[in-house]
Amino acid sequence: MMRLPPFTYTAPATPEEVVHVLKEEGPGASIVAGGTDLYPNMKRRQVEPKTLVSLRRVQGLKGIQKDSDGNVRIGPGATLRDLERNSEFAATLPALWTAVESISTPLLRNMGTIGGNLCLDTRCFYVNQNYEWRRAINHCLKCSGDTCWTAPGSSICWAVNSSDCVPVMMALDARYRLLGPDGVREVSAAEMYDVTDGREWLRRKPGELMTDILIPNQGNARSVYLKLRRRGTFDFPVLGVAARIEEDGGVISKANLILNAVGPAPIRCKEAEAALVGQKLSDETIAAAVAVAPKGAKPLDNTDYMPSWRKKMVSVYTRRALESLRA
Amino acid sequence: MDNDKRKPEYRYIGKAFRKVDGLSKATGATRYADDLSLPRMLHCKLLRSDVAYANIVSIDTREAEAMPGVKAVLTGEELPIAFGILPVSQDEHALCHDKVRFIGDPVAAVAAIDEDTAFEAIKRIRVEYEPLEPVFDPAVAMENRVPPLHDYGDDGNVHKRVSMEFGDVPAALEEADEVLEDIVFFEGNTHLPLEQHATLAWYEPDGRMTIWSSTQTPHYLHKAASKVLGLPPSRLRIVACPNGGGFGGKSDPFNHEIAVAKLAMKTNRPVKIALTREEVFYCHRGRHPVLMRSKMGVKKDGSITGMHFECLLDGGAYGSYGVASTYYTGALQTVTYKVPSYRFDGVRTFTNKPPCGPKRGHGTVQPRFALEIQMDKAAHKLGIDPAQLRLDNLQPANSVTANWLRIGTIGLRKCIEKVVEASGWNERYGKLPRGRGLGLACSSYITGAGLPIYWNSMPHTGVQLKLDRGGGVTAFCGATDIGQGSDTVLASCVAEVLGIDIMDVRVCVADTDLTPVDLGSYSSRVTLMMGNAAIQAAERAKELLTKAAAAKLEVPGSRLVFAENRVFDAEDPEKHMSFAQAIVFAEAKFGTIGTVGSYRPPSMPGRYRGAGVGPTPTYSYSACVLELQADEETGMIDVDKIWIAHDIGQAINRNLAIGQVEGGVYMGLGEALMEEMSYRPKRFGVHKVPSILEYKTPTTMEMPDVETFLIEDPDPEGPFGAKEVGQGPLLPVIPAVANGVFDALGVRVDRCPITPELVLKALASPDKRSGPTKYPDLRVTDEHTMRVKTPDEGGDGDAEGEWASKKTKMERAKS
Amino acid sequence: MNKVTKTLRVNGEDHEVFFAPHKTLLEVLREDMDLTGTKHGCELGECGTCTVLMDGEPVLSCLVLGLESDGVEITTVEGLADENGPHPLQHQFAELGAAQCGYCTPGFLLTAKSLLDREPAPDRQRIRKELAGNLCRCTGYHQIYQAVEQAAEELRHG
Repeated sequence: MMRLPPFTYTAPATPEEVVHVLKEEGPGASIVAGGTDLYPNMKRRQVEPKTLVSLRRVQGLKGIQKDSDGNVRIGPGATLRDLERNSEFAATLPALWTAVESISTPLLRNMGTIGGNLCLDTRCFYVNQNYEWRRAINHCLKCSGDTCWTAPGSSICWAVNSSDCVPVMMALDARYRLLGPDGVREVSAAEMYDVTDGREWLRRKPGELMTDILIPNQGNARSVYLKLRRRGTFDFPVLGVAARIEEDGGVISKANLILNAVGPAPIRCKEAEAALVGQKLSDETIAAAVAVAPKGAKPLDNTDYMPSWRKKMVSVYTRRALESLRA
Repeated sequence: MDNDKRKPEYRYIGKAFRKVDGLSKATGATRYADDLSLPRMLHCKLLRSDVAYANIVSIDTREAEAMPGVKAVLTGEELPIAFGILPVSQDEHALCHDKVRFIGDPVAAVAAIDEDTAFEAIKRIRVEYEPLEPVFDPAVAMENRVPPLHDYGDDGNVHKRVSMEFGDVPAALEEADEVLEDIVFFEGNTHLPLEQHATLAWYEPDGRMTIWSSTQTPHYLHKAASKVLGLPPSRLRIVACPNGGGFGGKSDPFNHEIAVAKLAMKTNRPVKIALTREEVFYCHRGRHPVLMRSKMGVKKDGSITGMHFECLLDGGAYGSYGVASTYYTGALQTVTYKVPSYRFDGVRTFTNKPPCGPKRGHGTVQPRFALEIQMDKAAHKLGIDPAQLRLDNLQPANSVTANWLRIGTIGLRKCIEKVVEASGWNERYGKLPRGRGLGLACSSYITGAGLPIYWNSMPHTGVQLKLDRGGGVTAFCGATDIGQGSDTVLASCVAEVLGIDIMDVRVCVADTDLTPVDLGSYSSRVTLMMGNAAIQAAERAKELLTKAAAAKLEVPGSRLVFAENRVFDAEDPEKHMSFAQAIVFAEAKFGTIGTVGSYRPPSMPGRYRGAGVGPTPTYSYSACVLELQADEETGMIDVDKIWIAHDIGQAINRNLAIGQVEGGVYMGLGEALMEEMSYRPKRFGVHKVPSILEYKTPTTMEMPDVETFLIEDPDPEGPFGAKEVGQGPLLPVIPAVANGVFDALGVRVDRCPITPELVLKALASPDKRSGPTKYPDLRVTDEHTMRVKTPDEGGDGDAEGEWASKKTKMERAKS
Repeated sequence: MNKVTKTLRVNGEDHEVFFAPHKTLLEVLREDMDLTGTKHGCELGECGTCTVLMDGEPVLSCLVLGLESDGVEITTVEGLADENGPHPLQHQFAELGAAQCGYCTPGFLLTAKSLLDREPAPDRQRIRKELAGNLCRCTGYHQIYQAVEQAAEELRHG
């Protein structure tokens, strides 16, 4: 049986106490919410936190609210199932609902939280392995080794951001509120994942706790999430495409196009966005966007499916995503 | 069917009824091996090699031994005797003692007070390795590399080389109007039973060892463990627990089973091991990766003139069933369609990867994939409908094939007709919109291997019945229920013959102390062999009861009927007694009532070397049509619907039979679309992802609707006419997917699994095909080749010239 | 590591259990409470075999701390039957061949129970979607669907 390494367990009752404990314990402490990402990594000895700071007792981290301006606040502690079953949420933020509902399995969604998915550790075939397996490759950059086996010679780690919700949050211009030792700060989703190395997949500062996910009123914008994976359940994305457009008189006034699971961080397709803005969502416009969309995508041989095929799929899925946004 | 062959009315046989252990399984009451525990039990973990190929220089266990809670550390020195499933491949050690041959090969074992301690302890064992150059590619392994993985085999890393020709194949290809030549690759895959292997061993104070294990073959574990542990078989008891799935993956004696037993002896405490999922991937024994080349000659009318089938098997690090696998890869190409002359060349090599062995459809799945794709291609080349081409070529019933396999009943015509009709094949094949396709394929499988693994003249299975005065019957048999329902088959056969309620039959199985030998749950042998033995034992009991009851009721025994837990006069049912009373009278007359039955397959016509692999009492047949959607842009395939017909002879339990068909179809679909064991030769030879998440299998979301047709024409060899159903229905599904992709997109994927990448590659290639293009030189010479005259040529079943057996040579000299 | 004592409410009964604090609920159930009906297939949340219900929701017991299992109602396969006999799902799984090797069965039963408690008449597609976290290697899933459908019928009409 795969078992957890020993740890000290604490379950504070308030966000402030969580932050306090994190500060006291330092880098050996780890927050745990649903545990669906952390515990497998611990069982494989990828991480061995000395202290687990459980969010189980913390009040106010759950729930979903819409304010009078139509802005939505989601508690990061809401389980994925809570959101999946919330029909108002599904109607208000259909792309995010699609992403949530596509995560892993119904069982895992009963346990996993949206905050956990937004903080999901990057994944790689060379690191999500048992201790004994990793010893056979003499470990890797992400976990106590000095080689990235995905790209030997690389100075960075190519573990993949495999979250379904992350690209959608970026597409929806979401912001996160974080409580840290220095107080509260707000950060955009885009800034949160503005990283280049799979070892540092979040710009969350040490000791910070995500307390709120803030999604602005989407108005008449249309958005979509398409996920590529082998099976209709269980699997992480090997490509996620999140797209959102706002139109003004049939002309695109704002476009967000985000790819995920094709690199250590989500990729904002700026050139493709530029190709869309000011245009009608015609076949030609879509083709122009699709032609430049894959540029930043770097699928490598550390997930399911062959990288060359995944690269081809970026075009296909981007096109399909944009086509689905037609009114 | 003829009226005079009308089936008798059965109470159980052929009906859908609850299996005898159904509620135990549905309430969590069934105890699998890891559910067992004993007082003072220790927990074992194995240290496995983290290098693919190396000499072991030294093993330092001192630090581990010194840890609190560690009770014993074991290394290979203490278990020097080799074992293996086949007598000709005794090449495994419970713990490696001279060298390690793949990442995952066990080197040391720890017994500790809990699993956490054992896990920490194995990390503290220091092994010094002297690296050797590993080999991962079978074509490279065929070159004479030094040092080879083993010091036995046919040549260097060539474990087994087989070359045999039945009839004149070059001449047959010469006379053909078309000769098709295809190179096809089938990637290896694994069983992935949900239960990870577990074993508990206890060396009792009185000097008897008991091993409880998740094994499909307690009899062979008994042999291997006795040999390695140096315990007489009479002091060693193997109990096979209900298996949480096997599919062939628990058919070898395994390192961990022997290591925990030795640790139990060392510590005088019970010791248990439960493997992690990663370790299950290292146990493997799954489908061999096989590169194949098939040449088939056909006439314009579609008849096959001859076939030359070649294959290269990647065996992994040990022998396992590999010699049998090699023969099986060539054996059954002849049993579905008439092939007048046939040549088979096969080579199995050792490589530094977990050992391959038997998985559902053992050895025959890969060549079936090649053959059924080739039949499809032949049909298109000749302008004949693929279903029709198969119907035109069917091997006749009651015939002997070119390679001397005796065919009895064959229900394949009905199978094909059934799926053709149900799927609307004739109206829809070749006419669906682009992207949508139908694929058809057929197959056959053995109902039990004709010969045992250790050649002998004893029965392959035995059943003992104990009749209790209270009316209960206990059926003892060594057979192991791995989920296929063998306990239910055993109880059904006994209950049917004795006319009693099935729940009045208590089964006691898979225990080498208590039950007569059954060779194991492999080769689809259990229903036919155990069923026949059970019927024989029950008939013998019935005979005793009939004599006693006839005397008591004063009616002729021939008039007595056993039904509804009663024995009565067919002409005057008022003259009756209960089944329990019949036992009482019989016991008074004859003493304690116990009977036995056993079964040994009929002898086989083939007498050449290798003729032992392929024969069976009767072959099952299957035909499958499936409908799929193939996305031209992505290459992704969605199978929407599967129609499958299986020639089962006679279902024993309809629910269980359909469950076996659907389960086989499911597993075939997984192999066709996604399942593969892949390694990273450039990264030290690690298994790519030994996890249940990344070893992809179909979930509820991938599994399409399946419409199953059981073709029931009772076979004279089977119990109540039954043939196998556990393995055959897997086979046609895989080539049917490939053929369906051709119908949908006009491309050929000559490789399994049929991935989106390969579909796109085929679409982009000028010949609209993806798959291997090169076939290595197997270096088969005339000297290697055994020649056997076919029955049509007037052969006697043995090889020509020097290859013939001594006995044959003498016979031939006489005549 | 010092063991802890917790009161776990399992199958309607309170149990004082003494276990190591880094144990998962799966380990506590099987090793400290002898409830071996809950099986394991990967211990990493990848197969669904170890599913149990917590307050009626199916969860993977391999990814729940024993420490965090108090204060909720835990249902394992052993708790599905009552004094009237097996639950209709258990009865139908046995009757229709949905349990072949039976190893994934406890997990499927609990997931299915949660579904039927919530939705008394799910169609085939709903059943597929809700059971999509439980792997089975034996059946090809069909007899499982049939058993769930029959049990739903039985529960609706008594």
